[in-house]
Amino acid sequence: MLTLEKRPQPSKAWVYAAPILAVVITMIVGGGVFALLGKPPLEAIRTIFYDPIFGDFASYSRPQLLIKAGPLILIAIGLSFGFRAGIWNIGAEGQYIMGALAAAGTGLAFYPMEARWLIFPLMILAGFAGGMVWAAIPAFLRIRFKTNEILVSLMLVYVAEAIQASMALNLMRNPDGHGFPGSRNLSQYPSSANLELVANSGVHWGVMAALTAVIFAYFILARHRFGFDVRLAGQSPRAAGFAGVDAGRLIFVCLLISGALAGAAGMFEVSGPAGRVSIDFNVGYGFTAIIVAFLGRLHPVGILIAGLLMALTYIGGELAQLSLGLPGAAIQLFQGMLLFFLLAVDVMTSYRIRFGKTE
Amino acid sequence: MDFSSINPILLLASLMVAATPIILAAAGELIVERAGVLNLGVEGMMITGAITGFIATVTTGSPWIGFVAAAAGGAGLSLLFAFLTQFLLSNQVATGLALTLFGLGLSALLGQGYNGIKAPEFPRIDIPVISDIPVLGPILFSHDPMVYVGIGLIAGTWYFLKYSRAGLILRAVGENHEAAHALGYHVIRIRIMAIAFGGACAGLGGAYISLVRVPQWTDGMTAGAGWIALAIVVFASWRPWRLLIGAYLFGGVTVLQLNLQAAGIAIPVEYLAMSPYIATILVLVLMSAGRAPGSLGKIFHASR
Amino acid sequence: MATDTLLELRGLTKAYPGVVANSDVSFTIGKGEVHALLGENGAGKSTLVKTIYGLVKPDTGKMTLNGVAYEPSEPRAARASGVAMVFQHFSLFDALDVAENIALGMENPPQMADLAARIREVSEQYGLPLDPNMVVGDLSAGERQRVEIIRCLLQDPKLLIMDEPTSVLTPQEVEILFKTLNILREEGTSILYISHKLEEIRTLCEHATILRHGKVVGNCDPRQTSARDMAEMMVGASLHVPEKAPHEAGEVVLSIRGLSAPAPHQFGTALKNITVDVREGEVLGIGGVAGNGQDELVAALSGEMKTAAGMVVIDGREIGRLGPNERRAAGLCAAPEERNGHAAAPDMSLTENALMTGAVRKNLVKNGLLDWPAAKAFAEEVIKAFDVRTPGPANAARSLSGGNLQKFVIGREIMQKPRVLVINQPTWGVDAAAAASIRQAILDLAVSGTAVVCISQDLDELREISDRFAALNEGKLTPPRPAKGLTIDEIGLMLGGAHDMEIAHVDA
Repeated sequence: MLTLEKRPQPSKAWVYAAPILAVVITMIVGGGVFALLGKPPLEAIRTIFYDPIFGDFASYSRPQLLIKAGPLILIAIGLSFGFRAGIWNIGAEGQYIMGALAAAGTGLAFYPMEARWLIFPLMILAGFAGGMVWAAIPAFLRIRFKTNEILVSLMLVYVAEAIQASMALNLMRNPDGHGFPGSRNLSQYPSSANLELVANSGVHWGVMAALTAVIFAYFILARHRFGFDVRLAGQSPRAAGFAGVDAGRLIFVCLLISGALAGAAGMFEVSGPAGRVSIDFNVGYGFTAIIVAFLGRLHPVGILIAGLLMALTYIGGELAQLSLGLPGAAIQLFQGMLLFFLLAVDVMTSYRIRFGKTE
Repeated sequence: MDFSSINPILLLASLMVAATPIILAAAGELIVERAGVLNLGVEGMMITGAITGFIATVTTGSPWIGFVAAAAGGAGLSLLFAFLTQFLLSNQVATGLALTLFGLGLSALLGQGYNGIKAPEFPRIDIPVISDIPVLGPILFSHDPMVYVGIGLIAGTWYFLKYSRAGLILRAVGENHEAAHALGYHVIRIRIMAIAFGGACAGLGGAYISLVRVPQWTDGMTAGAGWIALAIVVFASWRPWRLLIGAYLFGGVTVLQLNLQAAGIAIPVEYLAMSPYIATILVLVLMSAGRAPGSLGKIFHASR
Repeated sequence: MATDTLLELRGLTKAYPGVVANSDVSFTIGKGEVHALLGENGAGKSTLVKTIYGLVKPDTGKMTLNGVAYEPSEPRAARASGVAMVFQHFSLFDALDVAENIALGMENPPQMADLAARIREVSEQYGLPLDPNMVVGDLSAGERQRVEIIRCLLQDPKLLIMDEPTSVLTPQEVEILFKTLNILREEGTSILYISHKLEEIRTLCEHATILRHGKVVGNCDPRQTSARDMAEMMVGASLHVPEKAPHEAGEVVLSIRGLSAPAPHQFGTALKNITVDVREGEVLGIGGVAGNGQDELVAALSGEMKTAAGMVVIDGREIGRLGPNERRAAGLCAAPEERNGHAAAPDMSLTENALMTGAVRKNLVKNGLLDWPAAKAFAEEVIKAFDVRTPGPANAARSLSGGNLQKFVIGREIMQKPRVLVINQPTWGVDAAAAASIRQAILDLAVSGTAVVCISQDLDELREISDRFAALNEGKLTPPRPAKGLTIDEIGLMLGGAHDMEIAHVDA
């Protein structure tokens, strides 16, 4: 019989080993799934994890990596504060949409005025604000009525999607678009375009924002009282109350941070890679970022690495779809598996396994 | 706009149909939560049930076999959750989310090649005599069998929790797992059974969407029904009959907005479509006073 | 003699990684005997009892019950063999009613209606009346214990195990309990009685087995052994009794004026019009049975629960509306009862735990930035001054033993030199040596001029360190009386006597 025994201290080694082991197990089991689908497993794994960086088309896919990783990292950093404090915002997708809509609305309102120095910064602020407002709803309801923030934030994703559809079809529809749904292309409007900063690098303003967020979050968690309060509230809520942490304020701030960053990610996406508001310009970054946050152990540097890895599975998945005909859903499954295996091996950080008799 | 096109009898009858997937899934989750486990993976289990049920029905031609397969699919997926949370002591919130993401991916993968196919019809039963009663007959007694299974499940859940010894033990485990352990009850075994039951119910709920309500397969077709089921469990303060009220309330809003869309009301379709979700939030705000089971969501590890 | 033996334990050993909980434990319990099991926290009493009750399997050793080999695989089997247990904690379900709670502890409970009737009948018969329809969360501590006892009695046990049964009772309630136990003894039921209250054991038990570090270190007849001798067998050394240097109480520092607050949660207690002053250099002892508002009073003083501004006053300044850190700045430090997860964060390091409450008075946070070196230095200071046994401040709080963590928690507050210190249960679950040093530290702090409010359920402790004594009863505080010369009976009456229990809730 195997039994679990609580370690007196969390294991430092396993904190680092667990995500790596989870990735390895996911590759093995994922390879098995690919084999079941009749695809060569090793080749599929290589196409997903190796080719985007070193393969024949790497010069095309490497910039893509950063373009995909940017929003994932930005959103996951925001989520990590709440997750650490036991505040579960799982509606980042909705905040992402609302940030994008607010930013797009701001940009389109000025069209065709040429004033990048004014319009682009305003759009960034609108992105922050849109996401924040959307996250403030579950925060307010949780504090005022004790309403479960998990369910409210998630319900608001569906509401945001409906608003998005309405915007694409009505208010923000491109008047010169021959009646097709979708807004003007913001990435082709010089005052609103989220430009690539270094040619063919994939580095746009959103990627810079993500890196800034990583550094900032690292500093807050390691050195600032707020970071300490967040960790304390997550580990022992009562002890946090005793230490003087205002639970309501913490909920509010954590949700606003995650909303703001998700909204900003939406802004950078709608003005850059996506280009315009359409019925379905959102591609689920808000949900994938949850996996990124956990895979990165809610640690800023971990999230940076996990975001890149998850971006790799997106790009590699697309490659595998093209070259091997691997279904897109298989990649989604793959990402879900990664989170599963991480949670499974995570037990090793706090417990050790003992062989032998049980009580 | 033509409100006269809305037939109140048909509206109420379709309300019962719209509420059924939620009732099935929520009844299962209620048992899971009364056992002290918070499984946020209802959406993932529902969508898995939706596709396994759909595949089995299309393959065998029998919706009944489909529902059995759906229950098995949902329960199978839930056992992953059970293994992680009960043996590997993982965080229930994170694991539930993972289950949903995993279920969405798995169902999309399984469902390749089933897009756009129509499921064989699941016949309605007109209960003899009483279905002929004017007004009440068509509303209450002229549905497919799963509608009654759903109501029966609620009644069964209520009886089980209130009157049976096993239900008492289940409640005790959910209320205080340390005490239940000290009295010699097998906390983990009981919870695993509850989780599997919840998974089976969620699977049935999902299959009801793909086999009866729509009835065909599209990716992500549960569209948040699992989350609404979770919300309704909170709304119901963990009591079965109130679950039924919550589900009918939700079903009512859904059916009404669909009818209003059809009637061509001046409100844009997109805003009508968001109404069930907003209604759910409102309901949660109004009803967050109930007392959750004492050990809900807490990790149990029998130490010395 | 052999035929009169009910349970015989021979050579029981149980080891956990790093600790031998029981080592070669042997003794016998006779029929109709009240047998005391004595020992400090961590001496192995609870492992031994769990072994007898089937929750723990011994590594080696044998038990025989009524001459037959007895190896309960689980509590169900133990109950079937006639062994029943009244737990100290963790075995009642707040949200369920009395009858449901009792049914859960029975193998084949009758129909609920019949069970309710049986509960009324048996509880009257043993002088412990109980209403089967009450929700357990609404009962007082004494009544909750009755539920546990009745649950056992309904199964006609041959052996009744009682784990620290009197720690939650007033002296008058203890008397009622002892009457019940004597009835049981006369009926031939054996009782294994676990306690560290020696005077009780001397009045009740006819045999005592003393455990230390998992081994049997002595046997005695408590009726003929002095409490002091038994204490020394338990601890293995002679005990230091805390001493307070003589001094005068000074100015009023803390004024609690008409403090009222609603119950913070469903099974909590409302505070009702509490008024009391505490002076410099004074220790105010507040006694009371658990669940009478202790947690709420500590929360209202520490700032976790806010009240009207004028209800709590320090040095003439109204602080009732301030949060914990603002109160610390004003000079009020507190140490709540629960160490794990309230006074300390178990998964965090001692440095982080030091920072938790020391940030304000020790100036460990500047402009929102944490000063880790200073926090570490503070943690090391506490560890050194209070002799906390740990490899260093980087270790997690949960790696410390209960006594050591308590020393750290109390030390952390004392080292901040507060004007007012509020502590709840300073020595609960702490071994005797650590308890003595904690009490001494509290007295030394008072001598240095701090006003101390010490809330405890241990009346001996309060008599030892208090200058004045008040009792908390259903959220109300009695007027304080000088502690010197108060008899245990007088204290018992202040605590609410027998809590009106004989008539309580029965015809409700």
